[in-house]
Amino acid sequence: MGRGWAIVIHGGAGVDPNLPLHHQEEAKKLISRCLSIGVSALRCSLPAIDVVELVVRELESDPLFNSGRGSALTEKGTVEMEASIMDGPGRRCGAVSGLTTVKNPISLARLVMEKSPHSYLAFAGAEEFARRQGVEMVENEYFITELNKGMLKLAQEANSILFDYRVPNTGSETCGASMEKPLIMNGLPISVYAPETVGCVAVDSQGQCAAATSTGGLMNKMTGRIGDSPLIGSGTYAGNLCGVSCTGEGEAIIRGTLARDVAAVMEYKGLGLQEAVDFVVKERLDNGGKAGIIAVSRDGEVACGFNCTGMFRGLATEDGFLEVAIWD
Amino acid sequence: MGWAIALHGGAGDIPHSLPPERRLPREACLRHCLQIGVDALTSRKSPLDVVELVVRELENNPHFNAGRGSVLTTSGTVEMEACIMDGKSMRCGAVSGLTTVVNAISLSRLVMEKTPHIYLGFKGAEAFAREQGIETVDASHFITQENVERLKQAKEANRVQVDYTQPVEKDVKRDELKPDGDSQIGTVGCVAVDSEGNLAAATSTGGLVNKMVGRIGDTPIIGAGTYANSLCAVSATGKGEAIIRGTVARDVAALMEFKGMSLQEAAALVVGDRVPKGHVGLVAVSATGEVTMPFNTTGMFRACATEDGHSEIAIWDS
Repeated sequence: MGRGWAIVIHGGAGVDPNLPLHHQEEAKKLISRCLSIGVSALRCSLPAIDVVELVVRELESDPLFNSGRGSALTEKGTVEMEASIMDGPGRRCGAVSGLTTVKNPISLARLVMEKSPHSYLAFAGAEEFARRQGVEMVENEYFITELNKGMLKLAQEANSILFDYRVPNTGSETCGASMEKPLIMNGLPISVYAPETVGCVAVDSQGQCAAATSTGGLMNKMTGRIGDSPLIGSGTYAGNLCGVSCTGEGEAIIRGTLARDVAAVMEYKGLGLQEAVDFVVKERLDNGGKAGIIAVSRDGEVACGFNCTGMFRGLATEDGFLEVAIWD
Repeated sequence: MGWAIALHGGAGDIPHSLPPERRLPREACLRHCLQIGVDALTSRKSPLDVVELVVRELENNPHFNAGRGSVLTTSGTVEMEACIMDGKSMRCGAVSGLTTVVNAISLSRLVMEKTPHIYLGFKGAEAFAREQGIETVDASHFITQENVERLKQAKEANRVQVDYTQPVEKDVKRDELKPDGDSQIGTVGCVAVDSEGNLAAATSTGGLVNKMVGRIGDTPIIGAGTYANSLCAVSATGKGEAIIRGTVARDVAALMEFKGMSLQEAAALVVGDRVPKGHVGLVAVSATGEVTMPFNTTGMFRACATEDGHSEIAIWDS
């Protein structure tokens, strides 16, 4: 038995400090709604793996964040989505990339985990698997919002890759200012932009942890680009001790194997959950890489950490703690 | 201290009865590739260049499951993947779903060096290959008669399994079928360190016989099949799904970093505890020039050499 359920949700880290207030309110409202769906499910004793899938489906179906409907667009103006899910007990996992017509990528990731002999399917093969499994499919158009068409246009005019909710900005007051040798994309450090993946981690009252992450990736990304979200150990990880979902600069998260490292420092260094998250944010992001992490432990603790301007997040525990926040 | 290099051509249920006509060419290839690696290291090529060079050779050899000689998907096609990582800078590149690129490992290096991304897959990766002008060939170049035969066997075995109705048989997973036992789950990889302690790792594969189209294994996943940092470089091989779950390559480094273990202790613990028996093998080198090549399968095609004169080519436990 565990020591109580707990859940954390994120809608991406690295929020534009000038994000209009009504956008902030909309984001908080969505996170609150998804959080209460998750809390109700946990109160009804749904296993953590079902809860994270359920919550991420909601986040995918709402166009606000960069996953499912509302996903960022590739350089060709299409949507290519990816997601992964992991169940702490047995460390079972499933991942998908390059989805163009699957309404809820996270549910396909779950099916890869449960109905295929593999852990990870991508592009045409993943789409074919989706059709065979009979999951809901829609036209690629369904995922494309007017807002994102505008963002892509902006990104292409700046000839750059753009994350959601961020406009190109060469000012020094940005996340990338601390980079010694920033990766320059057409005159702009790539890290001036911040992504907006969604994720959920939960522990149920049995003490079982799970994690799920879903994204449309980078605005103006090359077709075929795979980020951290579908990669077990980078964007998503769950084991016996904890469940972890990351968001931010995908490439920095991959190099730092952030999600696994939160679990690894608990396992190998004996750190507590929040200590582990803080350690990983501080020590494992190289070259000023920016990211945010959410985590739950099997003991029902919640934690989050980020080293950029903000992270859309919601946290709740069985003993009554509840928080929906964006900034520090 | 000193340079060191280790390479593998896959771990799995390699029968001790492997006939000489299947064993000797592979041993010869391991010896040839080891020599190329040693020559490159002693002529002061960077470990990143060395691992790429050696893996290219392994890819070009049809006896191993990477590049030409890759195993076939359930549709009879080849889908190759590869990954490369530099220890000091921790820069990395990965590719999946390649069908016409002669040397997948070199494309992963180009992803690392010429794109803002780390990982490209399928059509987008193929398009990038063309844009970069890297050598491509017709997809049929990679398909060997031996692998056509292997796929046929795997499919027959699968049909037999489906025909059986006993619950015990139902539990047999498709990826656990080993029609002829050797190099079914093979992968190639190389890790190297120079005398300054610079490290690099590279892994390349055709994946799993009869795999679903679109299947991605552990090889291209940083932290699973491939990893390098300032302490060590690791390339893993075996059952991809188990290696992903065990974050095998990163965990070797994590145990050194967070528990202060030696390379050998860390690798032994990961192979012993993080992955079920029969599922994994790895090669690893440390910044101080140590080498280890543990596996919990029947065998692993492997070779290594160090500056102090140690050299080894082996398949089974000695």
